[in-house]
Amino acid sequence: MTKKSPETVARKKRRRFNREAIAAYLFIAPTMLGLFMFYIFPAIASFALSFTRWNGISTPEFVGLENLIKLFTDSSFLRSIINTAVFTFVSVPFTVIIAILIAVMLNQKIKGIVFYRTLYFLPVVTMPVAVGMVWKWLYNTDYGLINYVLGMLHLPQPSWLFDPKISLLSVIIVYIWMSVGNNIILILAGLQGIEKSYYEAAEIDGASRFRKFFSITLPLLTPTIFFVFITGMISSLQVFDLLFVMIGNSTALLEPLRTIVYGVYESGFKYGEMGIASAQAFILFVAILLMTIIQFIFQKKWVYYDS
Amino acid sequence: MIVPFLWMITTSLKSYGESMQVPPTILPKEWRIENYSNVFEAVDFLKYYINTIILTLGRTIGQLILCSLAAFAFARLNFPGKNVLFILMLSVLMVPAQVILIPNYATLTQLGWIDTFAALIVPGIFSAYGTFLLRQFFMGIPKELDEAAKIDGCSYFGIYWRIILPNSTPALTALGIFTILAAWNDFLWPLVMTNSESMRVLSVGISTFSGQYSTDYPLLMAGAVLSTIPMLLMFIFLQKHLLAGIALGGVRR
Repeated sequence: MTKKSPETVARKKRRRFNREAIAAYLFIAPTMLGLFMFYIFPAIASFALSFTRWNGISTPEFVGLENLIKLFTDSSFLRSIINTAVFTFVSVPFTVIIAILIAVMLNQKIKGIVFYRTLYFLPVVTMPVAVGMVWKWLYNTDYGLINYVLGMLHLPQPSWLFDPKISLLSVIIVYIWMSVGNNIILILAGLQGIEKSYYEAAEIDGASRFRKFFSITLPLLTPTIFFVFITGMISSLQVFDLLFVMIGNSTALLEPLRTIVYGVYESGFKYGEMGIASAQAFILFVAILLMTIIQFIFQKKWVYYDS
Repeated sequence: MIVPFLWMITTSLKSYGESMQVPPTILPKEWRIENYSNVFEAVDFLKYYINTIILTLGRTIGQLILCSLAAFAFARLNFPGKNVLFILMLSVLMVPAQVILIPNYATLTQLGWIDTFAALIVPGIFSAYGTFLLRQFFMGIPKELDEAAKIDGCSYFGIYWRIILPNSTPALTALGIFTILAAWNDFLWPLVMTNSESMRVLSVGISTFSGQYSTDYPLLMAGAVLSTIPMLLMFIFLQKHLLAGIALGGVRR
């Protein structure tokens, strides 16, 4: 029997390691190169472009903070920040609360559970552009179903989209309708992860349904709620399709409904001001990042992790 | 919850005059199924349909292949720089689509891809989310299976192909469904990256309906129903997988 010298073993090991590494690089290369080219590089470039004047064709011209100064003194942009904030801070809490209530109801053993789940989930799979169209039609002041029903009930008939005071709220209602299903499913998954023994113990102690909900269900659901909150916030800050369709060609609707994302599209692809558009996109990115960080800091105060 | 859907369907079957009636009729007085064929005549709806199908298939197949390859390396192989690359990949998850839109528009212009299928498909086949989702799932597959295959002389690709993929159907199905849904409904990207009518996808197509036929709601609703039906069918047939996938991956993209 020949004894292998330590060097040969090491060399062999290195060669195998190299083979493994080469294989690994080949496996990840397409995705990593693609992500670099279409995600990482553009994210950095977008930051750099924020400080330039650029029409998308010529060479970008460095202008320093001019874009930011212009934006923060522009009433339309400030309006879009307020609208985006209102949109998120109203839609997300309502969506989450409604989703919790419905999910708790659906978590019981009731007949036709699949039917109800399908019902609530339908809006989630529907094309957002189509959702926008249908609701615009439902909201129609003259021919819309909603005002027709309100009229039959002798209730006031608001102009929904065309009343600048409530138009944003009208869109928020649609957004809640279309996103609540997704949250219901996530919360249902969270509810099913709660151990039955907690409830059994509470029942022995004679706890009421109400008490059980607030002392067991809700605290143990907080990690799921936290997750739903974060992802809901990120996506609501980026809503575009719905607003684009709702606004349509109407200039009257544009101001009360404009959001930061709409501004990015408008500046970049309607007016060809890519520098200003990049600056707005970057402000949105910073806002999303800050909100996520704040949420992660505050989670210690209210999220309960069962260890 | 379901009223908007029913209203969409009943309106799509009404005549133009009836849709504008005050008070509105609940059910159509005369059922005008021809609205649906009219959609195909009013605009090149068939073309939109085909374009959307090509975009969806291209992105979905691409993502399933590329994400699973990368996820396999991150889950099973050792290589220098693994952690750095993994974190770099995760950081992509935080970048909103609007931020990368403008530099990508410039890149695609440089490549001459604007208004082609390459612009619609290629950037969409790389996904940090998909790679992360699959990697998490692959981590849960017992390592003994790989070891056994390795002893039998299986290459790394062999392990990926014969062990990992066949054991990951739930995760691959979930990613497939998410990608199909996101690609089918995608709007901002095709809106910006294409401009000719022959490259239009359904979402952009029906959004332009309202410009051209601002008042013809029955036709518009017929278009909306037609473009939603494939996703509804997918949802109804794959419901179990979709719900399991959401519980697994958590996020809708």
